[in-house]
Amino acid sequence: MAYLPATHENRRAMLEKIGAPSVEALFSDVPSAYRFPPLKLPKAVSEMEILDELYGLALKNKSTGCFATFLGAGAYNHFVPSAIPALTSRGEFLTAYTPYQPEVSQGTLQAIFEYQSMAAELTGMEVVNASHYDGATAMAEAALMAINVSNGKRHKVLVAPSIHPQYRQVLRTYLPGRQAQVIGDEDPSASLEDLLARLDGDTACLIVQNPTFFGDLLPVEGLAERVHAAGALLVVVAVPVISLGLLVPPGRYGADIVVAEGQPLGAGLNFGGPYLGIFATRDSYVRKMPGRLVGETVDTEGRRGFVLTLTTREQHIRREKATSNICTNQGLVALTAAMYMAYMGKAGLRAVAELCYHKAHYAAAEISQLAGYRVLNPGNFFNEFVVACPRPVAEINAALLEKGILGGYDLEQDYPQARNQMLVCLTEMNSRQQIDRLVAALKTLAEVKP
Amino acid sequence: MKIDEKARYTRSHEWVRQEGTLWTYGITDHAQESLSDIVYVELPGVGEPFKQGAALGALESVKAASDLLMPVSGTVREVNEDVASSPEVINSDPFNQGWLLKFEPENPGDWETLLSPADYEALCASEGE
Amino acid sequence: MRLEPEPLIFEMSSPGRRAYTLPELDVPAAALPEGYTREEVNLPEVSELEFVRHYTHLSQKNYSIDTHFYPLGSCTMKYNPRVNEKAATIEGLTQVHPLQPQETVQGSLELMYNLQEALKEISGFAGVSLQPAAGAHGEFTGVLMMRAYHASRGDTKRTKMLIPDSAHGTNPATSAMSGFSVVQIPSDRRGNVDLEALRRECDDSVVGLMLTNPNTLGLFEEHVLEVCEAVHACGGLMYGDGANLNALLGVARPGDLGFDVMHFNLHKTFTTPHGGGGPGSGPVGAGPRLLPFLPGPVVVQEEGQYRLQAPEQSIGRLKAFYGNYGMFLRAYTYIRMMGPDGLRQVAEDAVLNANYLKALVTPYFSLAIDRSCMHEFVVHGDIPAAGVRALDVSKRLIDYGVHPPTNYFPLIVHDALMIEPTETESKEMLEQFAEIMRQIAEEAGRDPELLRSAPHVTPVFRLDEVRAARNPVLCYKG
Repeated sequence: MAYLPATHENRRAMLEKIGAPSVEALFSDVPSAYRFPPLKLPKAVSEMEILDELYGLALKNKSTGCFATFLGAGAYNHFVPSAIPALTSRGEFLTAYTPYQPEVSQGTLQAIFEYQSMAAELTGMEVVNASHYDGATAMAEAALMAINVSNGKRHKVLVAPSIHPQYRQVLRTYLPGRQAQVIGDEDPSASLEDLLARLDGDTACLIVQNPTFFGDLLPVEGLAERVHAAGALLVVVAVPVISLGLLVPPGRYGADIVVAEGQPLGAGLNFGGPYLGIFATRDSYVRKMPGRLVGETVDTEGRRGFVLTLTTREQHIRREKATSNICTNQGLVALTAAMYMAYMGKAGLRAVAELCYHKAHYAAAEISQLAGYRVLNPGNFFNEFVVACPRPVAEINAALLEKGILGGYDLEQDYPQARNQMLVCLTEMNSRQQIDRLVAALKTLAEVKP
Repeated sequence: MKIDEKARYTRSHEWVRQEGTLWTYGITDHAQESLSDIVYVELPGVGEPFKQGAALGALESVKAASDLLMPVSGTVREVNEDVASSPEVINSDPFNQGWLLKFEPENPGDWETLLSPADYEALCASEGE
Repeated sequence: MRLEPEPLIFEMSSPGRRAYTLPELDVPAAALPEGYTREEVNLPEVSELEFVRHYTHLSQKNYSIDTHFYPLGSCTMKYNPRVNEKAATIEGLTQVHPLQPQETVQGSLELMYNLQEALKEISGFAGVSLQPAAGAHGEFTGVLMMRAYHASRGDTKRTKMLIPDSAHGTNPATSAMSGFSVVQIPSDRRGNVDLEALRRECDDSVVGLMLTNPNTLGLFEEHVLEVCEAVHACGGLMYGDGANLNALLGVARPGDLGFDVMHFNLHKTFTTPHGGGGPGSGPVGAGPRLLPFLPGPVVVQEEGQYRLQAPEQSIGRLKAFYGNYGMFLRAYTYIRMMGPDGLRQVAEDAVLNANYLKALVTPYFSLAIDRSCMHEFVVHGDIPAAGVRALDVSKRLIDYGVHPPTNYFPLIVHDALMIEPTETESKEMLEQFAEIMRQIAEEAGRDPELLRSAPHVTPVFRLDEVRAARNPVLCYKG
């Protein structure tokens, strides 16, 4: 049997030492009526056969490699430098547990300390934890933290309708245990001003996404001051995170908590996971922060070393009084993100962000010249923008697919009033030739009568 | 184990001393020893009222967290800012420099509900068994 | 293990150095948004070779399953097959956007469907959702489902979650996060839930009971049927913490035993790697009563077509998209490689290994509870005569090239060492470990300072955790 080293002779000798008549005897505590149920599973296969099966499944997919991809909406098609997976797949990183024994985990601990430091720089914040499951759960935990910061005295979580719809759904799933309600997104056209008007003494936090789900750059001047004046926290969802290579980070405009989806930082698309919840806050809130933290210290010889610290916030010590129940996080994806930031470095991250920005603006300019299409973003945007199309997006996407183009996100799925509106996404992976192909295809589709 | 003969005690290992109308409050030598190195102190704000037995804050060591309980009902009038920045003084001098806060009791007669030094020593001895 | 200190990546930075390459801008540059752009992001600047050496050196400062015996109790540190990693890098299965039209991802959906079906069969549940990203996330899911079930019946007075005192800290933390108060149920002398104490708490305010079985003492709950019955009789639900499912593969199905909902840890039982702390994957299985409340979407099949669908009374989404899909590829590969007989053999060998190691180690360290164990066992790791604590024994194990067992857990055992060898370790490895434990016990008598100052072979010795917590340095300050 694969992976099992015990031979018949080994098993016999071990049973003899234990003094058990048979292996079955070791399971006598299991109620006999339910013991050893036959499992109706396909029989075991060899490595060769399972790989064949997986390759067969892969043929039933169309991967982004088959397309010119213009789909984003929370998951982004970025380039992953080869050195990164080559290093994250090293067994010493891959097959280690959570670094509870610091003397034999300095590799993981130092790498996570470096991750915390680079992610803090990226978001403009003071402290970043060792990760959450993804951007959406990080946002939900930010809301829970904001309620805790108010000592449970504030009960409203005010959210902008321009936050990723799935993030808002996850937030609503997370909250029933608290006497708290999510408000603000009932009217999908509510403006930032409308939201600010709803701030009151019962508001724990205002959550905004910047750039918004529609790609817009949010006017942030004075925003934090107004939120703070109401005694609430400002939570910023920095999705897509690559935008922080170019744009003013939320820490600079007064955010109290910043969360982001770290997938674009080297993790690949992976059909939605594993991704990376980046969670950043200010030093003054660190004791209310969920998740693991790595800190620097010294050993008995005075040498620099790293440990998990401030663990009294966590479930294994505080149990029902913990700041969150999170235990296993996305450690290896945080390592991946650290590697991506280190590899791209100061100039590289800026360069990727600028490529995304310029390509998106070129594509938007070209599309807006087509008869029947309009770009709806009122002001500037980063790498995503909304196009009003002459026909239902589903029809357009089906036709694009046949031309080897993966079209944008159909906004009508989440915003019923956004009929025929497509959220188009550009990254450094889109060549000018791909963009021109998209524009040409859209032009044809406007001309063909449905 | 050190003990302050002028103080009264709680079953949760806190001490209280009468100093005029305000009562000073801290944790006992026994408590600091069992917690080991205290790394963080969470204290309430001045003016906050607490009922007897309510959690008013917490002390943390590296591997444990312990709630601070209000010995009798009252209102916080002063907190020791120094212990927040140097929690180690709670370990080194729990009865003096390591005091945590001063409060105004709702009912000064509650003093009699607290343990005498002798009773507290007996409690520690019985817990040690 | 690499002993030389490794500088922080920031300390290696040289202005102007770079590792990356990118294509030239092939479209006209647009004007940058005035007032919205930042100053430079102060990230390190290193060459690709410096980058590769840095992370290679860091990796060499870890103990891992690939390099060392890792008997970390309740963490199931078994071998993570290499073919899993290959499966998780097949481009056609991984370079897939989660929002692609479903007809273009039929292969991925079929695999997820097959994994759901396999987990159902292994656990005896009526349905499985793959959404939760880790064990604690699965617990949260399950408890929210219990909450939704009671609420759907208008039964809103249930606020009390029963949790045995041997439970992992995530159980009470999850209950609190879900708005419930926690009532701790003591264990009896044989390490089971104290039935009398349980029955005293069973009333119409009980949400349910969260039970890890086998429990964190490595023991199968001898009264599992009575426990389920008592909880169900008062209208409560049974949550199964699947952390220790490895011992039950092909041995017993939690759904058959009376559990209503349970999470799986794909990163324990089904060989997806722990990654130094994650990602995990914590799918949830539900019995008939909780089935409609599963988080969505799940994959359904109709006429050979697969599609995503939310269960009718779903509690909603637990994360964006569909779960830690990369882990599904690995776990599915493992389940197919093992087959039904192989999975049962896994449980049998895991339990056999644990009992064998227990027999070898107990002459030197006493058992917390003397019973036949399942996949792990707990000993008292202290040697009081020598003034040596479990922590000292753990740290000394490092000197012998062994990752320490879980220590100081479960909380109900003083100086606990929780030892889980797993089925992928050989008899020879177990004997070697037992011999090391014997030597350490002997050293404790002869030279206890050797243990108290251990480890001695690592890049750093014991670290000052008090300093780290009193004056936290959580970020490189330059």
